[in-house]
Amino acid sequence: MSARNILIYAENYSGNIHRASYELLGKARELISKIGGEVYATIVTTKEDAEKHAKDLIAYGADKVVEYIADKSLLPNQQVHKEALLDAINFVQPKLVLIPATPWGRSLGPRVAAAIKTGITADCLDIYIDENGEIIQVRPAFTGNIIAHIKTLTLPVMATIRPGVFPPPKPNYERRGDVIVREMKLSPNVTETLKVLGVVRTKTVRLSDADVIVSVGKGLRSKEDVKLFEELAKELGGVLGCSKPLVDMGWLERDRQVGFSGNTVRPKLYIALGISGAPQHIAGMKDSQYVIAVNLDPSAPIAKYSDVFIIGDMYEFAKRLLSIIKDQKMKKS
Amino acid sequence: MDIIVLIKPTPDITKAKFDISRGVVDRSSATLEINPFDLYAIEVAKRIKALFGGTITSISMAPPHAEPALRDAIARGVDRAILLTDKRFAGADTLATSYTLAMAIKKLGKFDLILCGEKSVDGDTAHIGPEVAEFLGIPHVSFVTRIVDITKDKIIVEADYGDAYYTVELRLSALIALSRPVIFKEEFIEPQTPKFSDILRAKKARIEIWNADYLSDIADPSRFGLAGSPTRVVRVYYALEKGRQAKVIKDYDEGVKAVLEILKQLRMI
Repeated sequence: MSARNILIYAENYSGNIHRASYELLGKARELISKIGGEVYATIVTTKEDAEKHAKDLIAYGADKVVEYIADKSLLPNQQVHKEALLDAINFVQPKLVLIPATPWGRSLGPRVAAAIKTGITADCLDIYIDENGEIIQVRPAFTGNIIAHIKTLTLPVMATIRPGVFPPPKPNYERRGDVIVREMKLSPNVTETLKVLGVVRTKTVRLSDADVIVSVGKGLRSKEDVKLFEELAKELGGVLGCSKPLVDMGWLERDRQVGFSGNTVRPKLYIALGISGAPQHIAGMKDSQYVIAVNLDPSAPIAKYSDVFIIGDMYEFAKRLLSIIKDQKMKKS
Repeated sequence: MDIIVLIKPTPDITKAKFDISRGVVDRSSATLEINPFDLYAIEVAKRIKALFGGTITSISMAPPHAEPALRDAIARGVDRAILLTDKRFAGADTLATSYTLAMAIKKLGKFDLILCGEKSVDGDTAHIGPEVAEFLGIPHVSFVTRIVDITKDKIIVEADYGDAYYTVELRLSALIALSRPVIFKEEFIEPQTPKFSDILRAKKARIEIWNADYLSDIADPSRFGLAGSPTRVVRVYYALEKGRQAKVIKDYDEGVKAVLEILKQLRMI
């Protein structure tokens, strides 16, 4: 019998299911009629959260949930998730396994793929079934300059999917589904060769979730000046981002870095202030809905990636825009 | 401490051209250089060697013309550079590449720590670190942002999980895939341009060339190259740039007006 079923790995290292897991369930529901079988979700969770997590995954589209119960202290140990996912793949015999392309997922996915000697495609932007019934994975390469369509000759087909590319489905808590609790069998040494000592810090800035990003680059003249642009971002209901040089200089934290080695973002509005537009930066923001750039240099490469390119000083522009936005808010209230 | 650094010779993405009809980089358009992420692995390796002594061996799988990149690695502080090159390695996807690298590491024998960049600028998969670790049966952590501490038998690092950073302790032997920027203990690592004398020394250094036959006593050659690769590129094209208006404005008031227009369209004001 040929493999059917889709298996979604629900990311949970903190007690909260990563939102991208739900986006994958939505996509799986769309693909399942062409693949056959059922949509499975698998999760490593705790005794306390098991019931709630199963309900959530079913509400978002899983037909069956395969659960592994672990002690809360083991949740951030990726080796535990690796063993669970390997067992789930063996149990479900899926044709397709989807994993969120978060840093966690991009570390776990290839580790599991190598263990079962199957192909995996990284950081996909789309996935579809072609006219021959083959699963085709679409991904960027070459710092986002190239798009490749890839098929996998081995089973299961594995892919990590970039968060945010598929819309999250509306949860339906009336949906019915089965919950299968599998025994968590850990190989010896799993919790000894790798130990998680604790959380350093939780990110307070989530660029990937922002509708508006105001990003600053080398045009910024001092660390203190960040305040002005942070205020502008706030007034626009957005988040402050930056280009790589500012992180390298220690002026802003790496969570704010937009670009190939930082965060890939796709907000509704991206405002690039004093950013010339190195290819690595462009790769991180070019899929934004609208791009506005302000730069003193008329030949800055970012110009051709902008809807509006203003030749001028980022400070002057920010001050004027800020005062108008504030005025409008005053009038409304 | 015996340290292995995995180095991918990659084209400079700002200069290289892509042969879209064949779906490969036009090799004549670009020389190969060390993947920028891997430069950090070399720097970290040097600092660990300074603390414990030992050797730094780099392993790369690339066409023969990648040799200058390996000389650069030697100039930057690698003691021994191995280039896996053979027509039978060609066309490898990440699974076949990782398998080949893992077999070369086995062939090399003893090691304590493997360092690599989190991903490459051309492939951008981040697969190689975790896959090599799996084939060798050792623990790994990817997206490492800081080396907190290292002793002869363990390493403590901070890693980006996505929504938070965690402190992870690994028993050696282990593999660490590094982000950039990366911090070693308290020091912000920044790759340095090699000294002229080191460049001259590297010019005379020996690059060890290993082919498929050399690994055949421990490896399964059917898992090398295209034959050992489960994924196939079926179509490739340039990423279409969104049709931007690229409206150029020189006047602030007009610029602000254009921005307000967009904000209104997005129903943000």
